[in-house]
Amino acid sequence: MSELVLSLDHVYSGYSDGPLGRRQRQEVLHDVTFDVRHGEILGLVGESGTGKSTLARTILGMVKPDRGTVTHYTKRPQMIFQDPYSSLNPFYSVEWTLEEPLRVYGKYDKAERKRRVREMLERVELPAECLTAKPSELSGGQRQRVSIAAALIRRPRFLIADEPVSALDVTIQAQILDLLRSLRRELDLSYLFISHDLNVVYQLCDRVLVMKSGRIVEQGTVDEIFDRPKEEYTKQLLAAAE
Amino acid sequence: MKYALKRAAAGLATVLIVSFLTFAAFALISGDTATALLGTSATPERLAALRAELGLDRPLPVRYGEWLLGFFTGDLGVSTSYKQPVWEILGPKLRLTLCLSLMSFALITAVSIPLGLLSAGRQRFEGARTALNQLGMAVPPFFTGILLSWVFGVGLKWFTPGQFPDAGKDFAGAAVYLLFAAVALSIPRIAMTARMLRSTVQEELGKDYVRTAISRGNDRGQVLRRHVLKNALPPVVTFLAQTMAEIVAGSIVVEQVFVIPGLGRMLVTSIAGRDYPVVQAIVVILAFWVVLAGTAADLINQRIDPRLRTGGAA
Repeated sequence: MSELVLSLDHVYSGYSDGPLGRRQRQEVLHDVTFDVRHGEILGLVGESGTGKSTLARTILGMVKPDRGTVTHYTKRPQMIFQDPYSSLNPFYSVEWTLEEPLRVYGKYDKAERKRRVREMLERVELPAECLTAKPSELSGGQRQRVSIAAALIRRPRFLIADEPVSALDVTIQAQILDLLRSLRRELDLSYLFISHDLNVVYQLCDRVLVMKSGRIVEQGTVDEIFDRPKEEYTKQLLAAAE
Repeated sequence: MKYALKRAAAGLATVLIVSFLTFAAFALISGDTATALLGTSATPERLAALRAELGLDRPLPVRYGEWLLGFFTGDLGVSTSYKQPVWEILGPKLRLTLCLSLMSFALITAVSIPLGLLSAGRQRFEGARTALNQLGMAVPPFFTGILLSWVFGVGLKWFTPGQFPDAGKDFAGAAVYLLFAAVALSIPRIAMTARMLRSTVQEELGKDYVRTAISRGNDRGQVLRRHVLKNALPPVVTFLAQTMAEIVAGSIVVEQVFVIPGLGRMLVTSIAGRDYPVVQAIVVILAFWVVLAGTAADLINQRIDPRLRTGGAA
């Protein structure tokens, strides 16, 4: 068995919500157990509202699990969000956004920060002119490259991508998927790739988790899931995507 | 820069229009300067003589034209009741009102911004806080003013209501006196500004870039300071500028309550005495103030939010 980057063991999680401070716990995840192996791209599929994003937040520690354990075998994972238009602060330039994780971390001096920002900009194949641009001056694909660069700037080994291409049109999608693939090779990354788009998952992922109403109903390699699905729900999902 | 010039021209036009309207309004209301000056000793002959002496027998456009000419040459005319140049009368009063307004503006800014930020994103005591906020907004400054005079003036004797100390002799006393007036003037605006900042901050907190910032390792304070505040502030700056304008209007009332010899009190007495050169000057000062505050707000917003810059690259 290969090395692990993350394992979830019987995790139950949810969020609190309610009017006027009367908080109610809304349980979203039920008994979620899976591992992410070193170097793999693990897909997470399921309809909207099944708890895919809550799972991502739980892994990042933005939501505390009610029960079960989340074990990280690498340093803090980073995240790429769905909407490249709203997930970047409109106020700041690309350079500021890319530098921020390093500044927050506080370990690098200014010259080192600038050096890393430039290097990362090259890795995500953006021209140096982009540094001074504001998000409003970039295209959707360029913005998503900025988000990827910001996620990678602290050299995480594990990346969570929450629907990273679903807001982009198809040709741009393909470019971003290529970029994610080559970054995995160059930087020795593992991904949890959340998507409702089965075609994208089929192209990119090694293994797949199928989620329904907060439970993992089936998991396996891409070939197992797409060619020989066992669960009725998986078959339905595949039929709907035909 | 071009934009700033345009704003200045529009502002000047506004001030001119306001000055003409005041002039016209003064001609329309009943009673005139001569009657007010002569009182019971008025006879038709004496009234006519005084009107001729003051130049009131000439038509309105001519008088306005003369006033305008004087205005641009720095001569605001002579007060009809005090027989002194308007500038000499208004100078010290303007300083006092300016002090009062700046004091309350400083209070509003210094109290409402931390208050709004602290209360954003905190859900506890929501009901009590909303009630307190409503109360702050609803209680009019004249009432707060009377209450403060009664508690701190009559009760605790920190100042003597109705006797504004001469700032030259008793600077501290004058400052304390003005401070209480400023507090009375500020409370509703503090409540409004804090509430507004709270809601804009909460709106920003719900946005995706905040989630990104948290995921990048920012703590709560860093998210607020570096990400949220800069996006939440522009509407609040506009609001504060309007506040600057409204404070001056509010000071007219508060000066009455606290008996402060400022511009507001002068305005009220001059209207009663039909002293049109003085009223005209005060109205122009107030209009100028309002236009200045609005222009300042626009320019500041452009600085902090480059998206609002017109013309050039964003």
